[in-house]
Amino acid sequence: MEKTSQLKKFLKDLFSSQRLAVLATQSKRQPYGNLVAFMATDDLKHLLFATTRATRKYANISKNPRVAMVMDNRSNQEADFHQAAAVTATGVVKEVEGSEKEPLLRLYLSKHPYLKDFVSSPTCALLKMNVETYYVVRQFQNVMELHIKK
Amino acid sequence: MSLIIPLHQIKEEDREQFGGKAFSLAILSRIGMNVPDALCVKTEAYKQFVNFAGLRERILLEVNRKNFQEMRWEEMWDAALRIRNMFLQTPIPSEIAEALRSPIEERFKDKAVVVRSSAPGEDSSQASFAGLHESYINIRGTEAILEHVRLVWASLWSDAALLYRQELGLDIEKSAMAVLIQEIVNGERSGVAFGKNPNDGSQSVIEAVYGLNAGLVDGTVEPDRWLLDRATGKILRHIVPNREKWMISSGEGTHLEALPVDQASVPPLTVGEVERIFGLTIRVEKEFGTPQDVEWTLKADALYLLQSRPITALSSKTAGDKRPWYLTLRRSFENLKALRKRIEGQLIPAMVDEAECLARQDWTALSDIQLADEIARRMDIHGRWVAIYWSDFIPFAHGMRLFGQFYNDTVRPEDPYEFMDLLGSGQLKSLERNQGLEEMASMVREDRSLALSLKEFKTDEDEGFGRMLDEFIRKFGDLSCSIGEEIQCSQGREGIFRLLLEMAAHPPAKQKMEPRRVEYLTASFLDRFEEEQRGFASELLDLGRASYRLRDDDNIYLGRIEKQMVAAMDEGRRRLEKQGRIKGDVTDPKELIEALKSPRYLPKTRLSIEKVEIASELKARQIVGQPAGPGIAKGKARVILSSSDLLNFKSGEILVCNAVEPNMTFVVPLSAGIIERRGGMLIHGAIIAREYGIPCVTGIPEATSQIQTGNQVTVDGYLGIVTIG
Repeated sequence: MEKTSQLKKFLKDLFSSQRLAVLATQSKRQPYGNLVAFMATDDLKHLLFATTRATRKYANISKNPRVAMVMDNRSNQEADFHQAAAVTATGVVKEVEGSEKEPLLRLYLSKHPYLKDFVSSPTCALLKMNVETYYVVRQFQNVMELHIKK
Repeated sequence: MSLIIPLHQIKEEDREQFGGKAFSLAILSRIGMNVPDALCVKTEAYKQFVNFAGLRERILLEVNRKNFQEMRWEEMWDAALRIRNMFLQTPIPSEIAEALRSPIEERFKDKAVVVRSSAPGEDSSQASFAGLHESYINIRGTEAILEHVRLVWASLWSDAALLYRQELGLDIEKSAMAVLIQEIVNGERSGVAFGKNPNDGSQSVIEAVYGLNAGLVDGTVEPDRWLLDRATGKILRHIVPNREKWMISSGEGTHLEALPVDQASVPPLTVGEVERIFGLTIRVEKEFGTPQDVEWTLKADALYLLQSRPITALSSKTAGDKRPWYLTLRRSFENLKALRKRIEGQLIPAMVDEAECLARQDWTALSDIQLADEIARRMDIHGRWVAIYWSDFIPFAHGMRLFGQFYNDTVRPEDPYEFMDLLGSGQLKSLERNQGLEEMASMVREDRSLALSLKEFKTDEDEGFGRMLDEFIRKFGDLSCSIGEEIQCSQGREGIFRLLLEMAAHPPAKQKMEPRRVEYLTASFLDRFEEEQRGFASELLDLGRASYRLRDDDNIYLGRIEKQMVAAMDEGRRRLEKQGRIKGDVTDPKELIEALKSPRYLPKTRLSIEKVEIASELKARQIVGQPAGPGIAKGKARVILSSSDLLNFKSGEILVCNAVEPNMTFVVPLSAGIIERRGGMLIHGAIIAREYGIPCVTGIPEATSQIQTGNQVTVDGYLGIVTIG
């Protein structure tokens, strides 16, 4: 069977090849989904994304920080059904503040340099998801779970 | 763009569109060799077909169902079977059929043809795909020809083709197939010739038979063989076979018949003709620059060249991979009939005799040294039967496959495994054993005092139940042997008692297969054929049934031999224990022999079963294997690592094991679902699951490490998916 290190490498490669992810939040028992520009930390413990504080997702997270995020490498071709991989991460989101913000922001911009103006705005928040579990789907129906140690 | 063109119009730049076989013949035809008239269907037609009909991604999903390296040969056959069924169920879209129809109609209106594969890469000098794909002989009429074009396309995904393409690193995603439609030449004598003998580079080989060479190619008809000096063409040796049969065209297809007596005594070729064919190989070799393997036929003294390809030796990449060996097990009908005769007439009776003879032997009089020799002798006997199991019984399993393919080709059922329902006739040895158990369990169910005495591990020998139990154990053993890799037989009767009590606590399991359904399927299968062909279909069904039964029974018979080896080992162990020389369990017979022979030797004991460490970080949630018994089941897992796991089995649990060994089938009626590490639809466990209508998924190598006894699991036997948790 695949080793943890192999799966982690697979995840890192997948995350660096993709820019956007689907973020799922909820409010009053109503799920809500939207696209975010994401970035994974090297230890895979965190997923970073940014949003302005007036958004629905920010409001949802403020009330309930438990979220899910979906990343995948589909090409929108038929071949996706046997080739594409999709990863669902579940965990808890926190806004990045204080001394942590500067290095994480630099990291985030190293992947998304075009978002410099956006994330520099005082209205924009950098958010950090502490991942608890990755659910990795490959070959259409094979699912592995990677539980991230705290 | 035209999808089909005459052979002689193929140009150098078209090679990829037509494959090596058609391209070589086009060249030979151009230089004036006597090549049968032919049309060639471009790979583009194949591509359009799979794209247009939505087959492309369905095929790739099937091939990528799981990691190819982890697939056993039986799983590859299953994948190939399912893909072939997709082709059988998908008509050629009318635009494509229209484009092919009129050129075929024009050229072959009333003529019979051979429909041959010509896959790009197939006949290059690096990759010999000889015989991996199908050819169909003596096909007549435009619609029938189109039908066989589709079958040749399907053969691009045969088990052997899948394995070899992977071995050669060819990209499966880019696979495509051209088809050669060649006018049949009903030669009186045919054969093959190797410009260079693969076993001796200084020689050439010419093989010849009477009739068509289909019989030679599939091994049904033994050819005359000439070895020639490659440099001079001088005949070095003529190997004369027992000339008995020949393959001829008849109706649709070919037919094997007894060779007329006057021909049987005369070689199919004169010395002059052997030289003529040798000349042909030299000429073809000159044209292509490498030695060729050619198929030829002689009709009214005209020598035809049917196909030519470079000679290649198989690459050694597959060393250690047993799958290519399995793929050589494809057998012809004739070959399987002979094998069945040998198995049923000689091998099984000899095996039963041998086991009985061993059982009669009294060893109480043997000294320790003599007992050691007896254990060694029994090991040899067991080893000999294991070798026969591999050389004869395993190849005979192909009888099921042969019937399955024939059934699917003629009946075209939606479920590619429907043929299994016809094969199951409920007469398997392990089912007989289960019936025996059920009879005893029903006695326990109805008799409370009997149940109470079983709980205390007591039975009265004289009563009906005691006699029944003795008879059962005499016939089938005490159910504790042969679990997993090690030989363990130490449970005694207590194990059976526990099992019977568990069985008695629940209503009896029923075999699913209704005799009426089997009868109905059988009748509607046979009704499809005209009188003459019905005989063949019925014979093939009978062969398939024999093969199905043997897949189960051979293990039981082999189990009896093994039991006799184990009995001698038990006696040795008992003696050593009495002498106080064993601590722990000695399972290696060599250790026992050594200890019995040298009083000072201390035998090594078995290491406890290693539990696979499960990384807490990584867990499988859902694993895809092979669907092997339709249905869905949820329940607690019982992972079988030793015989005690088996005898603790509770009704409604999911059986998780390496493979359902025939000696463990008695828990199958208790189980709600089955998960096996070994993969395949035609393996023993799948057969038994299907007989009882129990959802079953095979081919989950992680099953016994990722699933633990007590885990909640879901078995999706329709899709072949196991979900844990």
